[in-house]
Amino acid sequence: MNQALLFSVFIIASCGLAYELIAGALSSYLLGDSITQFSTVIGTYLFAMGIGSWLSRYVERNLVARFVQIELMVGVLGGFSAAALFFIFVWFTTPFQVALYLAVFGIGVLVGLEIPLIMRILKRDLSFKDLVSQVLTFDYLGALAVSILFPLLLVPQLGLVRSGLLFGLLNVLVALWALWIFREQLRNTFWLKTQAFVSLGVLAIGFAAAGQFTSLAEAHLYADEIVYNETSPYQHIVITRWKDDLRLFLNNNLQFSSRDEYRYHEALVHPGLSTLPVARRVLVLGGGDGLAVREILKYPQVESITLVDLDPAMTQLFSTAAALRKLNEDALHSPKVKVINADALKWLEDNAELFDFVVVDFPDPSNFAIGKLYSAAFYRLLEKHLTAGALAVIQSTSPLYARQSFWCVVSTLESVGFVTTPYHALVPSFGEWGFVLAGRRAYRPPASYAVATRFLTPEATPALFQFPKDMARVDAEVNRLNNQVLVRYFESEWRQVIR
Amino acid sequence: MDRRDFLASLAAAGLASLTGCDAPASIPLPPGELLGTALETGHRLRQSNLPPASETRRVPVLIVGAGIGGLSAGWKLAKAGFNDFLMVELEAGPGGNSRAGRNEVSAYPLAAHYLPLPTLEATAVRELLAELGVLHGDARAARPIYDERYLCAMPQERLYRNGWWQDGVLPQNGVSAAEREQYRRFYVLMDAFKQRRDGQQRAFALPMELSSRAPDLLALDRLTLRDWLLAQGLDSPHLHWYVDYACRDDYGTGSAEVSAWAGIHYFACRNGEAQDAASDTVLTTPGGNGWLAEGLAQGIKARAGDRLLGGTLAFRVAEVDGQMHVDLWRPAEQRTLRVIAEQLIWAAPLFLVPHVLVGNDSLKAAARRYSHAPWLVANLTLSRFPGERAGSAMAWDNVLYDSPGLGYVVATHQQMRMRPGATVFTYYRALAGMSPQQGRAALQDTSREAWAEQILAELERPHPDIRQVTTRLDIFRNAHAMARPLPGLIWGDARRMFAADGARLRFAHADVSGFSLFEEAQYRGVLAAERTLRRMGKNFVTSLS
Repeated sequence: MNQALLFSVFIIASCGLAYELIAGALSSYLLGDSITQFSTVIGTYLFAMGIGSWLSRYVERNLVARFVQIELMVGVLGGFSAAALFFIFVWFTTPFQVALYLAVFGIGVLVGLEIPLIMRILKRDLSFKDLVSQVLTFDYLGALAVSILFPLLLVPQLGLVRSGLLFGLLNVLVALWALWIFREQLRNTFWLKTQAFVSLGVLAIGFAAAGQFTSLAEAHLYADEIVYNETSPYQHIVITRWKDDLRLFLNNNLQFSSRDEYRYHEALVHPGLSTLPVARRVLVLGGGDGLAVREILKYPQVESITLVDLDPAMTQLFSTAAALRKLNEDALHSPKVKVINADALKWLEDNAELFDFVVVDFPDPSNFAIGKLYSAAFYRLLEKHLTAGALAVIQSTSPLYARQSFWCVVSTLESVGFVTTPYHALVPSFGEWGFVLAGRRAYRPPASYAVATRFLTPEATPALFQFPKDMARVDAEVNRLNNQVLVRYFESEWRQVIR
Repeated sequence: MDRRDFLASLAAAGLASLTGCDAPASIPLPPGELLGTALETGHRLRQSNLPPASETRRVPVLIVGAGIGGLSAGWKLAKAGFNDFLMVELEAGPGGNSRAGRNEVSAYPLAAHYLPLPTLEATAVRELLAELGVLHGDARAARPIYDERYLCAMPQERLYRNGWWQDGVLPQNGVSAAEREQYRRFYVLMDAFKQRRDGQQRAFALPMELSSRAPDLLALDRLTLRDWLLAQGLDSPHLHWYVDYACRDDYGTGSAEVSAWAGIHYFACRNGEAQDAASDTVLTTPGGNGWLAEGLAQGIKARAGDRLLGGTLAFRVAEVDGQMHVDLWRPAEQRTLRVIAEQLIWAAPLFLVPHVLVGNDSLKAAARRYSHAPWLVANLTLSRFPGERAGSAMAWDNVLYDSPGLGYVVATHQQMRMRPGATVFTYYRALAGMSPQQGRAALQDTSREAWAEQILAELERPHPDIRQVTTRLDIFRNAHAMARPLPGLIWGDARRMFAADGARLRFAHADVSGFSLFEEAQYRGVLAAERTLRRMGKNFVTSLS
């Protein structure tokens, strides 16, 4: 029996440390600044354990029954702590820290009660010397086991929410085990047993449903209802809806909001294409949402549009989901449109087709892989696919938030011989956004738009090409494959925006 | 549960999760081949039982060896409009240490994998790069423009140390201030050597033939690099690791053996610049330096047609009545061909000279002064990029600290791809830290499976799932990969005998410079060709000034 109780010391010590680690990890994860989070969580927890130990003097009778109840309380409170804190963070931002320290304090007090009670239970069978030595040995061993398993196995395999519930279950199992071991000493265990099985059931259900917890919580991190959520081999695609506003997130970065995407896509397509009355063949690189294609299809002279997007999941989604087909006006099903799922770089290398207008709508240059798509080598390759009078337009991040990045794209295009015309437009969900037209000849803005627009007018168009003082040109190096300077610019500029 | 069992199971669980070894032995080794230089045919030289010639051919110029030295000699002859030469090569194809392999995923190097930006004095290298369309504009410009696709893409190199990838190869994290001060002093010293000029000559030029002969510099060839560093008060263990790595990488031999002159040459000779790249950028392709060998071979073919006889062992070279008689064994035909040439350019490694040359004992003795380093190159074909430890992103050259290997280069690094798919890692290991004889014995006796296991275990540290993604692992052995520039070789008499001009026999191999660099091999090849043309009274425009 002593062995069994010592083993339960090991288990409850593991659980005790686990709750502390979970609270520390969750708060660092959600609030950042891990040093502060961990040290305040550990401090609160240890202090609370001290209070628990002190309180243990007031537990005088029915030690085993009290021990069982404390185990059940620790199990339920600790087990659900991660899930509950996650939800509190998502729903009410302000009291999160209050809830966090309350939870940590509460669990700490209960855990602080455990070891003194166990020692007192064991006191009847062991000398004081053995008691202290054995109980504390298993206490520390349990802590060691969890501190190793937590980062290596539990968090990567189960995640925080499920790890918490798993330890809650262990606490309840210890309680049940204690009930069984002391079955002869305890009278009238019905009520205790009921509490134990209810706790066990609740935790088990929680564990089974933890998957839904996480996606529910994620849904709230995105603020709006998630209507689509898929992880393709290339990216994490999420679409949210709030009333009539659909938003596309790729790897948690907003790509468009249906409320103002027309501003972005009109600005992307029309200033260039409206000046090319004989444009027949158009190429779109990136832009698997079909929204640029929707704008291009407004031009009757365009005979064919080739859309090259890496991710089949994207083009599939935007050619099947009803709400999205409505948004892009079923552009991807147009007989003029050919959808190709390929790496744009490889496709440009392998093909010799020429185009009159090219839309280059890649994600922002936030890593070396995407940085290649903004390199001089890439633009040299692009140039080989342009007919004599052709234009290309490049989405080039924000000239306001990432000023040097924007002008770096301009410098890079110029370095390979393009005549460039930079411009910008306000897209409320993004902010001030920048584009660059590139061609072999000087470009002149259109005097009129032959197609229907919601945002652009001939009168307002000249202003797009004016760069006020805070967006005016700055020196920037040419982005090359062998320096990737754009990724460096972009990282440092966006870091300042986020701060 | 018994307490002891309990502790034991705990320890086992802890260890298993700490090392992350989910029984790696359960993943079978990937298939592959044990390849290498033409060892068997080459070793026929030892037996001297090859049959007499069944056919005799005459040719004005014979080039033995179609590595970079031989190809460059042929290239220069053909550029000068002299097409009447024959090139023979032991291996099936040309390229020597610049050969590349290719599979369905990518081309990959079998040996040398980069060319630093050429120095001003490397005029022949610049001429070749301009001809290949990689150097744009004035080939003699101080800062030419290079084709971006050949400039190594960012990030160029990183180092795995203490479970973490850092940028660059010189260890940084947790290195004490005192050691950093030594780093700084080391670079001050190297920079002084880089800047130093004695008259027109740089202290350490590339090609090395153009270097200053100042006595204090030549004296550096009489001690090892390690001893020289210690004499400068540089004893930082991290600095010593770094220079040792550099020596193993370029010379196949550690800094405790390499001559200080050669070691400093590595750090002080490269001063090439580019208009469109940082000066430490290198030129590379998926197939390493294969494109340079192919470019030279194409340059010959376009001008002079097919001049190469592959799979041919030159086993006897004799000067008879003012002509060079060279006996060639053709294993595929099981017969011997004798070529009588007016001029012979020996562009094969010099360790072969004692085995083939008839007479001329002083040259043979000089050749025996050389020793050659054995190398191992493994090409791992991967279904996708392996998992990564924390730190810097995947680079082209990925170096492992405190490892017998030199790390690996990523063949697909130069590909313009947004999403990397399958790739090839080329892993390098100079069998340094043992005698070349022991290294060669290890190459001969070790099975592919044993090498594969060692290499995967080494790469598993930075890439825990490397075994899961490796679909093929080929081992390429080179028992005599390169000359080892030990003290006394470079500025000793033996090497100078091979560098001297001859009446009918000239040597054109990196061995003539004492170490295996593309620039050296090409210089020796072009120089031998120009000397040959001059001897034959042909007109040409020199590539060497």
